[in-house]
Amino acid sequence: MTDPDILVVGGGLHGLSAALFLARAGRRVRVLEARRVAAQASGYSAGGVRTLGRHIAEVPLALEAVARWHRIADLVGDGCGFHAAGQVRVAENRAELALLSERVARLQAGGWTHEELADAATVRRLLPAVAEHVVGGIVAHRDGFAAPLRTTLAFGRAARAAGAEIVEEARVTAVERRAGRWHLRTRGGAAHAAPLLVNAAGAWGGRLARAAGEPIPLGFNAFQMLLTDARPAFLAPVVGATGRPLSFKQSESGHVMIGGGHKGHADLDTGAVQLDVPRLAYSARTALDLFPILRGARIVHAWAGIEGVTPDELPVIGRSAVADGLVHAFGFSGHGFALAPLVGEIVAGLLLDGAAHHPIAAFAPARFGQPGAVPETQSALLQPAG
Amino acid sequence: MSHDLAIVGAGPAGMAAAIEAAALGLSVAVLDEQPAPGGQVFRAVEAASGDPALAGEFLDSGGALAARFRAARGIDYRPRTTLWHLDPDAGLLSVASAGATAEIEARRVLLATGAQERPVPIPGWTLPGVMSAGAAQILLKTAGAVPEGSVVIAGQGPLCWLLAVQLLRAGVERLTLLETGAGGALRDALRAGGLWTGRRLLTKGIALMRETRARGLTVVRNVRDLRAEGDGRVSTVRWRQGGREQVLPCDTLLLHEGVIPSTHITRALGLDHDWDDLQLCWRPRLDAWGATSHPNLAVAGDGGGIGGWEAAAAGGRLAALDAALRLGRLDAAARDARAAEPRRAQRAALALRPFLDRLYRPAAGILAPADDTVVCRCEEITAGQIRGAARLGAAGPNQVKAYLRAGMGPCQGRMCGTVVAGLIAETRGASMETVGALRPRAPFKPMTVGELANGRPDAMPELTA
Repeated sequence: MTDPDILVVGGGLHGLSAALFLARAGRRVRVLEARRVAAQASGYSAGGVRTLGRHIAEVPLALEAVARWHRIADLVGDGCGFHAAGQVRVAENRAELALLSERVARLQAGGWTHEELADAATVRRLLPAVAEHVVGGIVAHRDGFAAPLRTTLAFGRAARAAGAEIVEEARVTAVERRAGRWHLRTRGGAAHAAPLLVNAAGAWGGRLARAAGEPIPLGFNAFQMLLTDARPAFLAPVVGATGRPLSFKQSESGHVMIGGGHKGHADLDTGAVQLDVPRLAYSARTALDLFPILRGARIVHAWAGIEGVTPDELPVIGRSAVADGLVHAFGFSGHGFALAPLVGEIVAGLLLDGAAHHPIAAFAPARFGQPGAVPETQSALLQPAG
Repeated sequence: MSHDLAIVGAGPAGMAAAIEAAALGLSVAVLDEQPAPGGQVFRAVEAASGDPALAGEFLDSGGALAARFRAARGIDYRPRTTLWHLDPDAGLLSVASAGATAEIEARRVLLATGAQERPVPIPGWTLPGVMSAGAAQILLKTAGAVPEGSVVIAGQGPLCWLLAVQLLRAGVERLTLLETGAGGALRDALRAGGLWTGRRLLTKGIALMRETRARGLTVVRNVRDLRAEGDGRVSTVRWRQGGREQVLPCDTLLLHEGVIPSTHITRALGLDHDWDDLQLCWRPRLDAWGATSHPNLAVAGDGGGIGGWEAAAAGGRLAALDAALRLGRLDAAARDARAAEPRRAQRAALALRPFLDRLYRPAAGILAPADDTVVCRCEEITAGQIRGAARLGAAGPNQVKAYLRAGMGPCQGRMCGTVVAGLIAETRGASMETVGALRPRAPFKPMTVGELANGRPDAMPELTA
């Protein structure tokens, strides 16, 4: 086979989105995936498409990405199960409501109006089944959710159709920059070389960066999720809480997904994940506090998915500070799913004409200071995952 | 409170293991979903002691084993208790019981969770009036309930004959057995041998067949392309026999294509499994003592491979002896000496298996039903939809689950998991090993949000690792 122009490490949503934009720009792209497409976070994501409550640095990207979700079929030829059902974050007391109110004011001062403050009656109209004690909240009407695996497979199909090559079971074992080209070796000994390299290796992105000579601190979490059996419809928007980690939604099929950042245990070397039962139970209690209607809902699945988390819980997106021809896009810290339709284009822009065309300074790979012996950290999370 | 050995399941394997382990001085906990000991094969055996329809081995052997289990000292028996999560490294079992959750600690865990009936996805199998032969037997054992009108048992395997006898004894008048077995299976089975060693079981089977004849059972052989039809409820069964279409009015259709190991928990735990190409099912990889690929976990009974209740009881005893060795209560010589008798019993009970496995080999088509057949009953996903997802890139049952929700319903993939994998294998031209098994998730059985939330601290617990 002919050598590609670009190697992409990681067959998750971000790697495939980058591959799609690069292939459509006429470049020969090869994606190296350690296991199978969507084997990790892309397959385990809750599928939230959210601008609501984002870190200010992520707001411009999230707004642009959500605009793309509204016409996602134009991009990948599949609706990806996207529903613009809105997202709501509820306040359980006055103090939380004040916090949300301040945030909306701060956003409006910056010219952003996508988050609206909602009083108790408005929240109850949007969420008829919400608990009595909820005093208000914030709403983003154009937000929603999509089907993560369907989305990732659709991006993979579109990338293939545009000419990208996707190699599964190709775990990268060695990385070297030599004579203006990246030389990668995968398990089994196969060699791959190209002038340009994309690091979209998710929770394993820190390892790949280090192998490429650029230590970037990256921890990981195993975000726990609960899924109930199909219930009669009681909830349209995705709901989050303000004072405790919670994210939940009811799919069109009636299943309720409860998540939001309660962590299980994971081993990055083996990929093995173990549930933390007390924290899972706490998650159930939180959901029940906000939606008492769930008491009798039967939990049919609980799982945890490994996701890379940076020290500031913002992604790493940008050109390498130390190596030529390398762009990073990893460490989305539990909220990268929604950004993928845009980040792939940003990565392609960085590689092909050197410009991002979007504000990404806050995500610079070099922002964690002088590279050194940075340990892998386990960072707490306040943003709801997914 | 911590135990030496936690046993999951109070069927023949679990009861025998508990009796043996307790006699060796181990502290034993036995968790079981049922209100009384017995498992599936001896379900409600204590309560049924006077029922003549169930007379024979069920009441004699099952009753005796349950009585010994009840009488044994040192067993913390917890009926109506469901294991929903297991951390084998920490020896932590999470259980649901009486509307709340609790934890049990144990140094070693023996899974004796038995068998499940092989799902039989034929057109119309979701119609009311169609159920599994095993479900009919449960109704008979627990409620004395007998189906009315024209009753059809369709499929193959020893349970068909046993159920036929039990239904005839219980007063069913119009009973037909449609045998789906493959032609030539008998010849193949005879070559497997074991008939002399297994003669006692064989004699038992032949006696059952004789009794059904004497009681007026109609038997139709070489049944193909079976389908259930009816408006809102089954009223007709249709099949082909030697190229001719056959029809029979039917009020109750009982399907059975044999039983397979219940590997839901062992697969959820990620233990090593092997695909059994003869019986078309997964089996956990076990050593001669039932030890799995995890150092703290063993499996005994039909959950490790179908062998019937006598083999299960012997396997339970062997696993208990091995647990005593690993926990420092026995040395290897003592374990091996004590194992001689159960090992003999196990060998005798399993002698007929190669013959039976070949005689009652399910047709390969059972893993590849026609496109319009519902495969995932919970989410009403058809074989055609699953083939479509496989063509779109879903390479295994876990991906199909995420893609179509097949296996995401209350049965958690118990009914559809293997068929989904079979359809993917067929569509993608891959082997079952490549496609892989559905990896179930905790909770191992559905539990309510309320149960999980009950009795929990108000503050978010700190990470324990």
